[in-house]
Formats: sequence, structure tokens, C-alpha cells
Amino acid sequence: MDAFIIITLIKLVVIAAVLLTAVAYLQWVERKVIAHIQVRPGPYRVGPHGLLQPLADVVKLVTKEGLWPSYVNRPLYMFAPFLAVTMALLSIAVIPFGPTINVAGYSTWMQLTDLNIGVLFILAVSSMGVYGIALAGWASNNKYSLLGGLRSSAQMISYELPMALAIASPLLVSNTLSLRDLVESQAGSILRWNIIHGGQIFAFIIFIISAFAETNRIPFDLPEAENELVAGFHTEYSSMGFASFFMAEYLNMVTVSSMATLLFLGGWEPPWSAQYGSSLVPAAIFAIAGLVALYHGANPPHKLDRYTFSAFGVVFLLIAAVFLLPIVQSWLLPLFWFLAKTGLILFAFMWIRGTLPRFRYDQLMGFAWKFLFPVAMLNLLVTGFVVAWVS
Amino acid sequence: MDIVLFLIFATIAVVAAINVVVQTHPISSAVSLIGVMASLAVLYLLLGAEFIAAAQVIVYAGAVMVLFVFVIMLLNAGAEVKRGRSLVVQLLGVPLIVALLGLLAYFVERVFPQSVKVHFGGFTGGSAQAVGRALFTTYLLPFEVTSLLILIAILGAIVLGRKELD
Amino acid sequence: MTGVPISWFLALSAILFALGVAGFLFRRSIITVFMSIELMLNAVNLSFVTFSYQYKQVNGHLFTFFVMVVAAAEAAVGLAIILTVFKNRATLNIDDVDSMKN
Repeated sequence: MDAFIIITLIKLVVIAAVLLTAVAYLQWVERKVIAHIQVRPGPYRVGPHGLLQPLADVVKLVTKEGLWPSYVNRPLYMFAPFLAVTMALLSIAVIPFGPTINVAGYSTWMQLTDLNIGVLFILAVSSMGVYGIALAGWASNNKYSLLGGLRSSAQMISYELPMALAIASPLLVSNTLSLRDLVESQAGSILRWNIIHGGQIFAFIIFIISAFAETNRIPFDLPEAENELVAGFHTEYSSMGFASFFMAEYLNMVTVSSMATLLFLGGWEPPWSAQYGSSLVPAAIFAIAGLVALYHGANPPHKLDRYTFSAFGVVFLLIAAVFLLPIVQSWLLPLFWFLAKTGLILFAFMWIRGTLPRFRYDQLMGFAWKFLFPVAMLNLLVTGFVVAWVS
Repeated sequence: MDIVLFLIFATIAVVAAINVVVQTHPISSAVSLIGVMASLAVLYLLLGAEFIAAAQVIVYAGAVMVLFVFVIMLLNAGAEVKRGRSLVVQLLGVPLIVALLGLLAYFVERVFPQSVKVHFGGFTGGSAQAVGRALFTTYLLPFEVTSLLILIAILGAIVLGRKELD
Repeated sequence: MTGVPISWFLALSAILFALGVAGFLFRRSIITVFMSIELMLNAVNLSFVTFSYQYKQVNGHLFTFFVMVVAAAEAAVGLAIILTVFKNRATLNIDDVDSMKN
């Protein structure tokens, strides 16, 4: 019992630390991706290639004056960002990052806890996340915030329906609600993933579209658009409150990307089994990245890049070497595949942010109720028929 | 461990329920009611009802209460204004409620012996699989009828919320 | 550790139900009255699940499920009615809507 508690605490600390750092650097990645889409360098000055920019942002947000307007509803104003961040962090508790990991004789899952109703838990926690936004809009006592809060909550609950139906379809195929069993039912190769073997390509697309709306990302970010509603529901929030909403949005993005990976893309399973050499793929990728970085370090575009790129090249080659060690391969390889797939979906989030304009509010709601919801129901119906036919 | 958990969440539920009844502004009552529902969901988990706990949070706390909060925000409901109450109500109100409570509690204690204890893992038949199986075999007719009921509710809400065409 | 006696759950359900009745009878704002109704329904749900535990059957959970569905439908229609009453009478106090005459 004691070992269980200590191991869980260690896992908790590790996951929380890695996650919060990842969220900060996700913001760096997003700014770089959007900048390169718009043919400009992005954050460049703070640290090499802007890598210390998240640190500067955190310092700024923490040390900024926390303004308490006199006309806000104090208890709700304080409670709303807390609720948003709590619900966003809570959903990470059931996401599995890989199979078991054996350290010093103790074997444990790479997951904080595996519930039998893991998928329902994530749906429940994301339903509760709506309150953070609705209460923030109300507590700010400001017509722009109220409108932004109401619109955002209405959008989130409208898109919860197609999302739930899109989640139900691969559950019919995999026949389980536990996230770990879901991944294990997709073991084998890429042909066994739910998106191909289960035929859930439409459910995947519907899920991704609903995920964009759930996390208030472009093209569905009218409730927090700057040129429409000042800043929407977080107009009256400064410093830590704003940082909380910001962090909650990125954490929600990470959660829905992880859900898409687990439900449709096979979680931590490699695309082809290890006997055909899929264990060498991460090492190969990092080795190529290291060589490219060293090449650019040799003929640098800017003078300082001689050191930066060379340092990165060496680091990447070291990581590639680590991937070849058999001791860590049992848990590092599944972790790599999970992070690679989740990272691809996160990159798609940022790519679309840099590319598409935003929907008008009535177009957004009409799309959810008149198109996405019937299509998701049809998909569930067809999946049900096929599953009943086959078994 | 189970007793500690029960006491914590039962206290939260009762305090939040008292808050629902006592607060003047509807939005504070609504947030307290969300607290009641969330702590009840934890108590359902203690009773082995995992699917019902998840359904409670998804449907009740996550959808029905959002509807309440929307309506309160839309109508800009203000704090309730105290009006004159009759003397009978003021004198007899709370004692009668306590009497109702005492009656219910007495019958509960009389009929249900202390021998059945609730602990985690005492009842494993509350999984989604068990609920689903019962729903689609024994309770199929009520299930289909509730789908009709939801359709009627949707139509009613749309008709009532429509703009008048005059 | 021994578990929680089952009568405690039923006592909690009784307390919540009595508080719901109190809110229903004493409050004057339509929305708060409606929320007290939801509190009563939740108390009853807790009773159903408790009995389901006592008899080790899943039927209590099914009843809870149906109560939830009906409560959701009732909340939707009831809130639509509240919106209509507000549109016509411009008040949320039930003492002011006590006659059919406008």
C-alpha cells in the first residue's frame, strides 16, 4: 500500500512538471509555426531562437499587477479560472502515455490511474470545464465578457454532442470504456488502428472538428476573438487569471489531441511491429535531425547560429543514441510514438490556426446542429450495424 | 477510509444544499447546486455506481445546470427581494421542516438495520456493461419511451422559445 | 476499515429532500424554486442507488438513469416556460404571477 502511494505521488509530480513545461513550450511552438506560415521569424531574441520566451512570458505574467476591478462579483471572479485550470488538469489524470514501466523492481502503468469508465470521465470533466468560461463571463460584470462567456459556453455544449457521438463509434468497435484497453485493442500494426480497421475515418474528422470547437480554437474562436469582443470572457482578467485561462486552453488542446490518438490512432502502438524494424525509426528521425542541425551549424545563416545549431545537433544525436539502448526501449519507444502522434495533431491545430479565418457565430452553431450532429449520428448508426453484422 | 470520504462529501453536499436554499442571488444557488451534484457523484462512486456517477456529472452537472446558468444570465435575474410573510409561515416554517426530516430519519433508522455496510468494491454490478445490458433487455420499452419524451421536450422548448410573429 | 452504515446514505438523502422541500415552499424566485425541485430529484436518486447497493442489483441504477433523463427534459421545458413568463410579466417573483389576468 505504501509503495503504491509513493509511486503514485512520484508519477503525479513527474506528469505535472512535464505537462506544465510542455504547455509553456507548446506556446513557443505555436508562435514559431504561425510565424513561419506568415513568413516571419517569430520569437527570436530571448534566448537562442526564442527558446527562453516562455520563461519570459511566465515571469511577466506572474509579476504583473493583479488588477481587481471594483465592480466584479468577487467569489465567482476568483473561482472561475481556478475551475477552468482544475478541470483541464484533471482530465490528464486518466490518459495513458505508454504501457508499463519497470523501475528498480517496481512495475507501474505510465498513467496516473486507469478507470473502467475512463472515456466517460474525460467527457464529464470537459462538460464541467464549460463553467469556468460561463462564470468568468458573468462575474466580470461587463457586457463584452458576458456575451463572450455565453457564446463560448453555448458553442462548447453544442459541440459536445457530435464529439460524444464521434467518441461512441470507436468504442463500439473496441468494446471497452477504459483507455488502456482501448489502446490494447488496436495493437498490431497501422492496419489495426481504429481509423482504418474500424473504419472510423469520419468519426475521426468529426472528433477533430468538435475538438477545435471545444477548445475555442480557430476557426471556432469567435468568443475570444480580439477584433470582435475585446477579449471575450477574459477581458477583465489580468496576470494570473489570464494565465490560468491561457494554460487551461493549451491543456484542453493536449487532452483532446491525446484522446484522438488513443481512440483513433492506436495510442502508443507503432505503425508496424517491432520485428520489421519500427524500433529504429525514432533513432533514425533524431539522427537525421541531428545531422541537419550540424550541417546548418557548419554554414550558419547568422553568426550565433554556429554554436546554437551545433549544440542542437549534438543533443539530437545523443537522443538518437539513447533510443538504441535496449534497457530503455521498452518504455521509451511507446512514449515516443504516443508523443509523435499527439504532436502531429497539435501541429495540425496550429497549422489550421495560421491558415483559416473564423466562423461567424450563427454559421458555427448551424454547422454543429444541422450538419455535424446528424452526420455523427449516421456514423454511429452505420458503425453499429457493421459491428452487429460482423460479430 | 470509506467513512472519512463519506463524511467529507456528505458535509459538502449538505452545506451546499443549505446554500442553495439560503442564498438570495440565483447564480450563487446554481453554483452551490453544482457542488451538491458533484459531491453526490462521488458518493455514487462509493456505492459502486460508476456509470451513474459519470452520467450524473455529464448530464446533470454538465448540461442541466449549464441550462440553468444560461437562463439566469439571460434573464439577468437579480437577488430576491424579501416581501412580507405571514406570521404563521415565519413561526411554523422551519420547525415543520425539521419535523418532516425527523420523521423521515426515524423511519429510515427503524427499517434499515446497521448491518449492511457500504465500502468500495462492495457492489461491482454497476459497470457500464451491466447498466447497458439491463437497459437494452429488461428496460427496453421505457428506454424507447424516454426517447419520445426527449423529442417532445425539444419540440416544447422550441415552440415556447419562438419569437411571436405579430 | 469497516464501511459506512447504509442508513447514513438514506439519512443524507432525507436531509437533502427536506432541504429541497424547504426551498420549494419558502423561496419566491421561480428559478430558485426550480432548483429546489432538482435538489429533491437528486436526493431521490441517491436513495435509488443506495437501495441498489443493498439488494446488489442494477435495477436501482436504471431507475436513477430514467429519473435523470426525465429531469433533463423537465428542466428544458420548465426553463422555456420561465422564459415565456418573464417575457410576458417581466418578473421572476411567483407572488406576482398569481393570477391569469395580465
